[in-house]
Amino acid sequence: MATDQALHGLDNLEVGPLLDQPSLAGRFGRRAWGATWPKLLAIVLVLVAWQLFYLSDHNGISAHHLLVGPVQGLPNLWDQLLHGQLLSAVGTTLKRAVVGYALSLLVGVVVGAIVARIPPLRAAVGSIITGLQTMPSIAWFPFAIILFGLSDSAILFVIVLGSAPSIANGLIAGIDYTPPLLLRAGKVMGLRGITLYRYLILPASLPAFIAGMKQAWAFAWRSLMAGEILVQVAGVSSLGVLLEGDQDQLDITSAISVMIVILIIGVVVDGLFTKADLAIRNRRGLLDSAAV
Amino acid sequence: MSISNTQATPPAAQPGASAIPGTGVPGASEPAEAAPAIDLTEVSKAYRTGRGELLALDGVSLQVAAGEFVCIIGASGCGKSTLLNLVAGLDQPSAGTVETGGRRVGLMFQEPALFPWLTAGRNVEMALRARGVPREVRRDRTAELLETVRLGGFGDKRPHELSGGMRQRVAMARALAQDADVLLMDEPFGALDAMTRDLLHDELERICAERSLTVLFVTHNVREAARLGDRVIVLSSRPGRVIGEYPVPRHGQRRIDSGEVAQMAAMLTDRLREEMGRHGN
Repeated sequence: MATDQALHGLDNLEVGPLLDQPSLAGRFGRRAWGATWPKLLAIVLVLVAWQLFYLSDHNGISAHHLLVGPVQGLPNLWDQLLHGQLLSAVGTTLKRAVVGYALSLLVGVVVGAIVARIPPLRAAVGSIITGLQTMPSIAWFPFAIILFGLSDSAILFVIVLGSAPSIANGLIAGIDYTPPLLLRAGKVMGLRGITLYRYLILPASLPAFIAGMKQAWAFAWRSLMAGEILVQVAGVSSLGVLLEGDQDQLDITSAISVMIVILIIGVVVDGLFTKADLAIRNRRGLLDSAAV
Repeated sequence: MSISNTQATPPAAQPGASAIPGTGVPGASEPAEAAPAIDLTEVSKAYRTGRGELLALDGVSLQVAAGEFVCIIGASGCGKSTLLNLVAGLDQPSAGTVETGGRRVGLMFQEPALFPWLTAGRNVEMALRARGVPREVRRDRTAELLETVRLGGFGDKRPHELSGGMRQRVAMARALAQDADVLLMDEPFGALDAMTRDLLHDELERICAERSLTVLFVTHNVREAARLGDRVIVLSSRPGRVIGEYPVPRHGQRRIDSGEVAQMAAMLTDRLREEMGRHGN
């Protein structure tokens, strides 16, 4: 009985509640503010830099002859969103991004799973995957256009080639780095074959897989932008088409608006992956609580 | 119930109870029983390494009776972990036989090796699921097992939210969830502080008695071995051979700081130092 009580006492000492927990609403508010202010600061810094550049002067050539400052640029962005083709262009581009990324995910997972399970394939296919990853995706476009013509398929093809290797590599790395001790524990429990994958190896590889997905998104988004500028499908408006049009008409104000939209979409999606990554690492106790 | 070491015993070694005159309980006085729970006969294990073969275990014979608590001590390189892997069926011996008579074997490591993405309760439940226990009973069994290791209210905590000692108890509940008759423990308390370890010794003793478990317990800590074991086996290093077997006298509840345990530990330490000295030149 004495052991029992001592043990309970020790447990409570080790995991006891923190003193002075703030209210849930207060904690939520503080966290939301903590996450928001660096982003607001970043936006302000960009706007200030933009304005300073706009006001700058190089050898008698003033930047304000070449481009607009935020004061004119932001209303243009607002105007394009409300009245122009920008919204429908964003829709087309996002649809391609989603479809292309989904295809990459499918291809990457299938290839990654096969390569990870069959060791002889590892050396051969592994180096091909890494080779594909280092290849700049824009170099694929001539090949893709010859193969598919100026079509969505050409763009999707390049997105998949650009981003599926990252997915496959993430999965392979995750499977490879499943801690051997956990594997031993799982085998002693009687996890074998499919159940070993389902309950141990796949959950264990999730953090590396998410990292691969995040990298794959960056590759996919870049490939898509390059693709939309190079491969213009007749009659379809997209962010790439708008940018190309602005270039033809020397409309730098509109080009800046489109670029801001591209930047925001990229940052927002990347932020979602970061959030997922943090949530998973937090659940597994992989975050240094002092550093958060 | 005895150790037979058919390898040539080094002349310095004095195996058996004779090494502790006065306190030894002669092995012969134990009642003759049915087949042992763990039966290793002439087990050898060699590993292929870059520079040739490494003999980890050399002709180890060891019987553990059902319900017996046997501690194994030895210096580095005595193949203790190899021995447990063989009994757990995670590895095959190069020669000799390992018999557990179809008993379920649970294994605990120095680290708890819990799945970090599951809560404490789910970790225990995973072992039930792997055994094919139906979903309806899993929840109750899990709660019961957590209660057994006195972690009733902590099922929803994740491993990283628990202390080292608590994680190790979750690992124990998980091993028990395999409905193991045989518990193999590889320095399970090695990473814990002395106070926690002391409490967990009491807990382990209680649980083993309640469930009449057979335990093979590997440790570096001679006091721990003297505190817990019904019998202590000393292994030599490189290769691992049984060089001594010491029954531990039982006079009621033992404590880590009792005179008996200290005396036994001192004797075991001397034996180990002698063995280490053999590798000194």
